[in-house]
Amino acid sequence: MSAVFAILRRELLSYFATPLAYVFVVMFLMLSGALTFLLGQWFERGQADLIPFFGFHPWLYMFIVAAIAMRLWAEERRSGTLELLLTMPVSLGQAVLGKFLAAWLLIGGALVLTFPMWLTVNYLGNPDNGVILASYIGSWLLSAAFLAIGSCISAATNSQVIAFIGSVALGFLFVIVGFAPVVDFLHTTLGPGADAVANLSFLTHFQAIAKGVLYARDVLFFVVMIAGWLLATVLVIQLKKTG
Amino acid sequence: MIEVTELTRQFGNVTAVDRLSFTVSAGEVLGFLGPNGAGKTTTMRIVTGFLAPSAGTVTVFGNDVRTASKAVRARIGYLPEGAPLYGDMTPVQLLRFATRMHGLTAQRTRERIAFAIERLALKEVVSLRCETLSKGFRRRVALALAIVHDPDVLILDEPTDGLDPNQKHDVRGLIRDLSIDRIIVVSTHLLEEVDAVCSRAIIIGNGRLLADGTPLQLAARSRFHGAVTLNFRDLPADVEVLNEIGSGTHIESGVAPRITVFPRQQARADGKSLFDVTRQLAAERRWSLDGLFVEQGRLEEVFRTLTTAAANPSAATPSSAAANATGTAAL
Repeated sequence: MSAVFAILRRELLSYFATPLAYVFVVMFLMLSGALTFLLGQWFERGQADLIPFFGFHPWLYMFIVAAIAMRLWAEERRSGTLELLLTMPVSLGQAVLGKFLAAWLLIGGALVLTFPMWLTVNYLGNPDNGVILASYIGSWLLSAAFLAIGSCISAATNSQVIAFIGSVALGFLFVIVGFAPVVDFLHTTLGPGADAVANLSFLTHFQAIAKGVLYARDVLFFVVMIAGWLLATVLVIQLKKTG
Repeated sequence: MIEVTELTRQFGNVTAVDRLSFTVSAGEVLGFLGPNGAGKTTTMRIVTGFLAPSAGTVTVFGNDVRTASKAVRARIGYLPEGAPLYGDMTPVQLLRFATRMHGLTAQRTRERIAFAIERLALKEVVSLRCETLSKGFRRRVALALAIVHDPDVLILDEPTDGLDPNQKHDVRGLIRDLSIDRIIVVSTHLLEEVDAVCSRAIIIGNGRLLADGTPLQLAARSRFHGAVTLNFRDLPADVEVLNEIGSGTHIESGVAPRITVFPRQQARADGKSLFDVTRQLAAERRWSLDGLFVEQGRLEEVFRTLTTAAANPSAATPSSAAANATGTAAL
């Protein structure tokens, strides 16, 4: 476990040694704010909740989490530091987990910094803070699922651009199959199979959590997704080693 | 002890390492020689667990790199090719990271980091980011990372590449100091390095083992071994006479012309050595010489002969390749 922690520390150190962490946090806050107020018409709705705010998270994470995830492995492979890291006494699982946790903590930090939104709704009205808490947890889980996908794609290439595009594309797929118009379309073409496909969508499960109920089913979905993609990351790196 | 047995590694259709076997014991500094692309880096990457072998086994102190990779890596200090570093970290941050990864205690961490910084003269750069450092400093930081946890095995891929002559000298001193009770493998294509630090050297070409021995043994395979070289102040007109005492000569012209006389296969009937005969001849002819000495053999020539023969296996056997080597001239 100390190796995971050592990698986690090193990653966070790198995030904050460069403008990366600051740029990421500022971009996240600006974009999530702009989407909520401009597209979500938060004020005009006249309701004390954060539904428009959380509603954009799947679409926002698709890009912004991919931007964090793309460097996870691709950069190490390109600069050769992967060799330095993987020849230290650490298992691939520990390395994957350490890097993942560092990025997830960074996203968590950015999420925490959206607290003025929460303060504002509480000042303006009486929102259901239980729903808001569940939404925050759901949003953080959602970001982890995107991050795990990005980690796997990043491990497969040494080009950050390819990692970014690949992560966005795959993330998009996992969102869009739960998007209402697409689900309707799937119903007309696939019939009953459409629900099975929609059940694979991040959107479906995130929206369920954001309603304020932390069903084990939805949480488990994200946990399995995250674990699955992190395991895939380990396998991809292992495969590259064997060649 | 490192034992490499029938190690093979393929990348697609290319065989980078081909049934390579060798062992290294504690206290040895093994020079790992070969032209670019010979498989040196690939072999080192397999020993350090970065790549998996396609076939064959590698054990380090009895631990197999396939099954006990972590235990192997815990005892190895590795300087990868090109000395990669996390550019956004400072040397001291990197060293702390390495000691954490190796699970050193706080007390030991302080001692070892102080030692590494002192030994590689990194004091002035410890708090600068690695990406801002010069090539020489970067290489030394990477070396510090390799030695900071006091490993039993050091695998160094071209440790002096990019260093100036003074820094090279220092690094070689460091390798010699560290070699006591440790296993050190140094890849290089600087042959002077082999003489300077290695107790043994192996030469590989196309992934195969071509030669294995002490630097002196390897040099003795050279056609220059036992030859006598004369350094002239001025080249006299009657040097052709040298052809009569040996089996041929080799001229290196330049500011100070040198002529090397190769020994004959059989010993002379009068039992005199080639050196004595040459000295006598030079005295008789009253040549003005700067130097007259017996050659130990030239490692560079052995390296060239072996590796070019390996590259064109059909062209020639090593001995006939030597006879045909360019630069040979009969006067």
